[in-house]
Amino acid sequence: MLPQVVAVSLLLSLILYALMGGADFGGGMWDLLAVGPRAARQRELISKAIAPIWEANHVWLILAVVVLFTGFPAGFAAMMTALFIPVMLMVIGIVLRGSAFIFRNYDSRAGAGPHRWGTAFGMASFLTPFFQGVILGAMATGRIRVADSHVTTGYLAGWLTPFALACGAFALGLFAFLAATYLTLDAKEQPELQDDFRRRAIGSGLALGPVAGVVFLTARQGAPLLFQGLTNWWAPWLLGATSLCAVGAFGALWWRRFAVARVAAVGQVTLILAGWSLAQYPNLITPDVTVASAAAPDATLRLLVVALAAGAVILLPSLFFLFRLFKGGERR
Amino acid sequence: MSDFLFARSLMAMSLAFHIVFAALGIGMPLLMVLAEGAWLRTRQPVYLELSQRWANGTAILFAVGAVTGTVLSFELGLLWPGFMAQAGPIIGMPFSLEGFAFFTEAIFIGVYLYGRNRLSPLLHWLAGVVVAVSGIFSGIFVVTANAWMNAPAGFILLDGRFTAIDPIAAMLNPASLHEVLHMILASFVATGFAVAAVHAFFLRRNPTSLFHGRALGLALAMACISIPLQIASGDLSARAVGRLQPAKLAAMEAHYRTQAGAPLLLGGIPNDATRTTDYALRIPGGLSLLLNGRPDSTVIGLEEFPRSDWPNVRIVHGAFDLMVLSGFAMLTVAGWSGWIWWRRRRLADHPSLLRAVVIAGPLGFVAIEAGWVVTEVGRQPWIIYNVMRTADAVTPMPGIAVPFVAFTVLYVVLAFVVVTLLRRQFLETDASNTPSSPA
Repeated sequence: MLPQVVAVSLLLSLILYALMGGADFGGGMWDLLAVGPRAARQRELISKAIAPIWEANHVWLILAVVVLFTGFPAGFAAMMTALFIPVMLMVIGIVLRGSAFIFRNYDSRAGAGPHRWGTAFGMASFLTPFFQGVILGAMATGRIRVADSHVTTGYLAGWLTPFALACGAFALGLFAFLAATYLTLDAKEQPELQDDFRRRAIGSGLALGPVAGVVFLTARQGAPLLFQGLTNWWAPWLLGATSLCAVGAFGALWWRRFAVARVAAVGQVTLILAGWSLAQYPNLITPDVTVASAAAPDATLRLLVVALAAGAVILLPSLFFLFRLFKGGERR
Repeated sequence: MSDFLFARSLMAMSLAFHIVFAALGIGMPLLMVLAEGAWLRTRQPVYLELSQRWANGTAILFAVGAVTGTVLSFELGLLWPGFMAQAGPIIGMPFSLEGFAFFTEAIFIGVYLYGRNRLSPLLHWLAGVVVAVSGIFSGIFVVTANAWMNAPAGFILLDGRFTAIDPIAAMLNPASLHEVLHMILASFVATGFAVAAVHAFFLRRNPTSLFHGRALGLALAMACISIPLQIASGDLSARAVGRLQPAKLAAMEAHYRTQAGAPLLLGGIPNDATRTTDYALRIPGGLSLLLNGRPDSTVIGLEEFPRSDWPNVRIVHGAFDLMVLSGFAMLTVAGWSGWIWWRRRRLADHPSLLRAVVIAGPLGFVAIEAGWVVTEVGRQPWIIYNVMRTADAVTPMPGIAVPFVAFTVLYVVLAFVVVTLLRRQFLETDASNTPSSPA
């Protein structure tokens, strides 16, 4: 039971990372893709929207890693060995994105400098989520084999498959969609910008459909156990709820009910990640490393749960305060 | 070079780079809060300007510290999966707590940096206090994890597996107290001297600048209060290392032979083959006196340990002497500053003191880097002291030279950009500030 509780908290950190940190990466993608007469204003809006919160949002990933290596050390060790290359690339993306963003914001001299940082910031914003998708996808392929806590399939297994690469593309699309949807609310005092991001949200949301189709199709071959998981009794319900959220998000964007669209997009991302983890369960790294087999001793797990609960008591009000302060919008 | 050496070099380089930002991330928020506190109390605009400038610096340093810290949390698993698979459940506790402390710091640094116009001055200052306090806590937690690698506790080793795991006992291991004290104080010392040096540099050009004068006062006060405490905590640390890791202490002191009335060796070139240290300055009975309080007491030498369990004596001894030398040089500058302050109540118009402060500027970071070399190289060949060898923990992944080169290039570029941006912050301040009208 304890390993499952810790696994759920790991999933929660990942979902929150996707919803918050993921959207910041999506913002970076739109920064690189900013075009048209309002490109500079779009970039400024994105920068203002994420500047106060991106560092806090990023910590969800650190929390997830810490929970992973404390709660499931064997899984962490196997994952970091088999997926050394994509994890390294993701980490390099994290360094580039964060430093380029802060350099741009604090480069007080106008001109070429800030633009160069902007390009680095935008490109790194593609790199990291892509490899995050690839890594999660690779863990489901069943190609990474672990025997006696040693990875036996080398360093290229799993992550170079069409399924894992499709997962990377899907993560990109998902974060871009999420970011564009959030940005419609950040732009509520600038109607043209709001319209720009409404179009981007609808466009990226529509593009997400075929990518999801490719993920689904490649899963049959590329991640058979995950695919099998999606035939469980709960799968149609979950799929239905996810579709409902997607349709709701589109409708809300279409009718310019942006607050509703944000709720629907959040629901969509949450359900996708929850469904993925349900289909993956009980495996961490399919098929040899499971939640139960990789779990740390009970003494550690018990303390970890207590620490997470105690941490949440400090964390959640602080986060609420942060978001109210910068996203509440009453004061300016 | 082997993949193992590249893995160690990559880890060392990542740590050496991150530690600078980690230390500044502990020291800078305190300075920023002190300056803003002085503004709240005195309402002198110069303090507000100062806290804003320091906050800008903190923002850049904190962001780079955050991302380079993330690199480390992944590298632990990427480079040392054998270590993490075993040690994860034992030292995960301080890392989780550090996670929350860091989370709090990241939230409130956002509030502090961007909420100036949305909060009352007092609330804004309190947000800064939360940043400073949670930064200290992050440092405390993460150092206890390193302390555990040096003085492992909270488990029973049974057939090569860790059983009866007690994460709390692991966190409160016998090395935690002195390592934590030494690192937190080091952050204040290094930040204090580095910041003081920057402002002393500008004061030498412009001795009447109120802005740089006040800045120098605050930064130097932090440095001068911390450095004597740091020297005392260094003494505490050395005694503890002598008790917990006698091989490391022997390497630090280049002390090969067990003997009564062991001399203290300053400098010199340790020679493992002859088990002597050439060209060293000897203080008879000094080591015995420092460690045990009696000049005739016996101190265990490296010869008591199998040759395969020795760390690299030249590196450890050299780094240790460099750290101690830097520490005493800073203590001297602090003493001189204190004397001048006591006599004249002014520091800004004393050119030779200002020059000394500028020269002492990097010494805190020199000492931090050298100190971590002592801790980490001195622990070798163990990743968990006397329990697991570093070579047994390394990833089987080949070609570690590639990420090593990639990160080296990346970090050199980052360092260059950070220095350029900080320099620009200071130059702007210098241009916008005349003694009578702080912007």
